[in-house]
Amino acid sequence: MKGGPAAGGTPGTAAIETHGLGKRYGSQAAVDKLDLRVPAGAVFGFLGPNGSGKTTTIRMLLGLANATSGTASVLGQAMPRALDAVLPRVGALVEGPAFYPYLTGRANLHRLDAACPYAPTATRRVRVEEALDRVGLGAAAGKKVKAYSLGMKQRLGLANALLRPRELMVLDEPTNGLDPQGTREVRKLIASLAHDGTTVFVSSHLLAEVEQICTHAAVMRAGRLVAQGTLEELRSAGQAKVTILTPDAGAARTVLARLGLVPGTVEPVNDGAGPAAVTAVLPAAAVPAEDIVEALVGFGVRVRGFSVDKGSLEDRFVELTGEGFDVAR
Amino acid sequence: MLAVLAAVPVLIAVAVRLTNGTRAGHGPVFLDRITGNGLFVVLTSLVLCTPLFLPLTVGVVSGDTIAGEAGQGTLRYLLAAPAGRARLLLVKFAGTAAFTLAAVAAVVLAGTAIGLLLFPVGPVPLLSGDLVDAWTAEGRILLVGAYVVLSLLGLGAIGLFISTLTDVPVGAMAATVVLAIASQVLDALPQLDWLHPWLFSHWWLGFADLLRQPVEWSSFGSNALLQVGYLAVFGALAYGRFTTKDVLS
Repeated sequence: MKGGPAAGGTPGTAAIETHGLGKRYGSQAAVDKLDLRVPAGAVFGFLGPNGSGKTTTIRMLLGLANATSGTASVLGQAMPRALDAVLPRVGALVEGPAFYPYLTGRANLHRLDAACPYAPTATRRVRVEEALDRVGLGAAAGKKVKAYSLGMKQRLGLANALLRPRELMVLDEPTNGLDPQGTREVRKLIASLAHDGTTVFVSSHLLAEVEQICTHAAVMRAGRLVAQGTLEELRSAGQAKVTILTPDAGAARTVLARLGLVPGTVEPVNDGAGPAAVTAVLPAAAVPAEDIVEALVGFGVRVRGFSVDKGSLEDRFVELTGEGFDVAR
Repeated sequence: MLAVLAAVPVLIAVAVRLTNGTRAGHGPVFLDRITGNGLFVVLTSLVLCTPLFLPLTVGVVSGDTIAGEAGQGTLRYLLAAPAGRARLLLVKFAGTAAFTLAAVAAVVLAGTAIGLLLFPVGPVPLLSGDLVDAWTAEGRILLVGAYVVLSLLGLGAIGLFISTLTDVPVGAMAATVVLAIASQVLDALPQLDWLHPWLFSHWWLGFADLLRQPVEWSSFGSNALLQVGYLAVFGALAYGRFTTKDVLS
């Protein structure tokens, strides 16, 4: 699926498009001048640390919160003005699942489906059962939600989003609280949705997950969009890295320094029994990688391994959003 | 809550039955009439429930309408469904009104049943002194029930509005009940008599006028007008607030 052609919509149309979208609470901007573009048919990863404005953006896109500036359009129509026309075509999981604890999973879905005046009543029972089966909750649908685990509630939330065929799915942390099987199933589910032409907008901070399922991604930091594009574009914008495995770590560092690179710390491999790993960032303008090996060998460094790694999405993410663990604001 | 409300007439009837014969003259109006006629159980119960029990339950239900959904997080899913904000508000108020009807019906039905069971039933003396037969009296009782339901609609609208202000249902419930009590306290202060006709609780016990021959409709009319006024004002406030609110819960 990755890098595959956009299945639904005409190429070039956007499922979500915002211009200068902003949300202020008092003097603080939760989201600032957001220009987001989610192409139709994409699986779009919406990344950012906690508190970077992801959920606020999703709330504005779904018409739950009003933007204080800028415009947003979803499925080609202005939000929140065309809310009634747009939302029936959008499945949403916003900031964790929430249900009536004293009702069964099935009864909850019936109630939520009945909340929408545009949902056909005649097919409701069938649609609810299909959605429950699709998330693997068929057996537990008769239990009260208060007896559900977090993972089961999450599945029920996904079932709610799947009650009708949707053109866009907005999933806020869809794998939160799921076991590894559940996570795999969600990945499969997203892949099958994308295959059917649904645009999927996934917010997450699990980068590995985004790398596995997404075709496009955007990165938020402190309410601002710091990068967006295809996954390939994002990765290649990061810096490559060379790693040398050698018993002569000191000499290798000297060579790297002579070549104008900044060698990183030496990391022992296999508790220091084997060769050590020396790494250095390889800027695009630096010497070609093969010249480094030549220089190393010429200097008498015993090279046991040499690799050039394009930055992972995680490196790029940390590069864009900063290293610290503290919540930005 | 309905069971508790239904228990009120039962308790009254049983208590009066057990202490049969005392006509001390204390207690609410009609209380000493019960032994003579079972239909007075309903009227006594309504007099007892209207100032506190019924407003309490209506306050709880109306205060929970929006704030309860918000507190539970289900509000965002209802709105994303999309339920439509005005539609949701309308349904919630209809629910509150339906509950008010059910609450008053619980008191009236339980009161009638227990009254028939424990006491003799016969022609009922009205406040104007006329005697009417039991069927006419039951008709009057239903009229009183309708009056009480109408009386509480204003409070329901206030509760609905307060419920749109917060995500904490208990706070909205408490605020609504406190307002109901405060309104009655203000109504009892003679220094504020200019304010009294504007208080939503002013006509709450005015249903006695329905027990005259011929029926005195003026308090019914004034009450209806007042309640419709409260409904319009607080309904509009709730609409204005809820349709522009950021749902962040």
